[in-house]
Amino acid sequence: MTAVPRDPMLPVLFRIEKVRRDLSDTFTMELVPEAGGEFSFKPGQFNMLYVFGVGEIPISISGDPGDRSVLVHTTRAVGAVSSALDSLKAGDQIGVRGPYGTAWPIESAYGQDVVFVAGGVGLAPLRPAIYHAMNNRERYGKVMVLYGARTPEDILFKKELERWRGRFDMDVLVTVDRATGKWSGNVGVVTNLVARGGFDPLHTTAFVCGPEVMMRYGASALEKKGVARDTIWISMERNMKCGVGLCGHCQWGSHFVCKDGPVFRYDSVADLFQVREL
Amino acid sequence: MVKPDDLGKIIDEHPFFQGIDDTLRALLVGCAANERYEAGQFLFREGQEAAKFYLVRAGTVAVEIDVPGKQPIVIETIGEGEVAGWSWIVEPYRSTFDARAIGLVRAISFDGKCLRKKMAADPALGYEVLRRFVPMMAHRLSSARLQMLDLYGPSAKPEKVKKAKVKAAGKTKGTNRSPAARLAKAAKKSKKDS
Ligand SMILES: Cc1cc2nc3c(=O)[nH]c(=O)nc-3n(C[C@H](O)[C@H](O)[C@H](O)COP(=O)(O)OP(=O)(O)OC[C@H]3O[C@@H](n4cnc5c(N)ncnc54)[C@H](O)[C@@H]3O)c2cc1C
Ligand code: FES
Repeated sequence: MTAVPRDPMLPVLFRIEKVRRDLSDTFTMELVPEAGGEFSFKPGQFNMLYVFGVGEIPISISGDPGDRSVLVHTTRAVGAVSSALDSLKAGDQIGVRGPYGTAWPIESAYGQDVVFVAGGVGLAPLRPAIYHAMNNRERYGKVMVLYGARTPEDILFKKELERWRGRFDMDVLVTVDRATGKWSGNVGVVTNLVARGGFDPLHTTAFVCGPEVMMRYGASALEKKGVARDTIWISMERNMKCGVGLCGHCQWGSHFVCKDGPVFRYDSVADLFQVREL
Repeated sequence: MVKPDDLGKIIDEHPFFQGIDDTLRALLVGCAANERYEAGQFLFREGQEAAKFYLVRAGTVAVEIDVPGKQPIVIETIGEGEVAGWSWIVEPYRSTFDARAIGLVRAISFDGKCLRKKMAADPALGYEVLRRFVPMMAHRLSSARLQMLDLYGPSAKPEKVKKAKVKAAGKTKGTNRSPAARLAKAAKKSKKDS
């Protein structure tokens, strides 16, 4: 099942099964449909999550696309709705509409090296694609995860990153902007990790997700390394209302981020990145 | 001791000087040495003469600023395939930061004075070295600027946004039935219809 009912504006009721605190301001929820059934989605897609009496926000799905029994979302509390979501606990209910939007074309990268470049909470929308790559490891060349966070305390999915790094068939590099405590890993922006390479640029598909400025510089670092624009993909964020291409709230140039995105091929939007106040 | 031929090979394999012309590489080899630093050892220190620069072959070097009474602040780390130190090429040839080995570091070092002399005598070598150093310096500068932006935002929990009353399953003011209950009813209906 999807959470899109007959009326696309009417949410489906989901129950919170589990809440895990990832960081001081970030949490992951596991949700199941009250009416039973499964939830399928493609990596990179998002849902509109409705906190009753407060409002609705777009949040990417961060779980394993191979596991349809549970819907997973990782959210950073930044404002009214996300903070209200943060105050909910297991057993509470929320409304869910989706899945919406375009997906990371992870299957079209078969036979290629894949590089995931993530910054901050941007690792969450990429995680389903990383799961897919791990579940289909033999279909890819190199698999690299390059991740940047503010400080070591802000590293999302730390245990999972460590587990991935422990695999012999995956390269995981993490860097922080500011080292604190006993951190003895990389310090510097995530684009530095891109510049180090380790992938075959002519046969690489790259997926980039994080703050807009980071994606701009991340994509340009990939280009400098020789990765073609048409094999770089980014995920955009804009304020949303309907989530289904009706209201125009999420307009970005000639695109509606909810319908034409959030995942865009870099060559189709690179020029928009240079337009101010869009 | 590493033989000059082997040094030349290592230099050629390092991304920084990859593909350099044979004659120019031979000139570089004359100023190069193979080095090894244990964890915690300094490659260079702030304020001292910037005698050398390093092609890092293995390990990680932390570039840091010493803060009196506090732990040093690490500005960036330099890893395998990268270069540590550029003050040897900029007057007055003094290091502007500390560089410390985080673990075991293997590197090829180049004597700054030796190389400057050869670069002055051979403009082709001078051009080739600068052609490789300038983009690296520009990259470091733009990375430092990006790092200053604090892209990922503050980590502290945002000031408790006026917690709107969340009534997950309870009644919402002004309605007879809670939104959750209305959705449950709609879901039941859609299940029945399908
Ligand atoms: C397709 C899509 C997928 C998304 N996926 C995720 C996800 O997986 N996890 C997640 O945490 N967020 C995600 N977001 C962002 C999320 O939708 C917003 O953070 C949310 O809408 C903010 O709503 P709010 O009511 O909590 O805050 P508001 O009350 O709307 O904003 C409060 C303050 O927070 C600031 N703010 C708003 N959005 C952000 C932001 N994204 N980052 C930093 N500050 C912000 C505003 O400028 C304002 O100052 C996604 C957005 C889109 C469009
Ligand atoms: S949110 Fe309404 S058109 Fe995109």
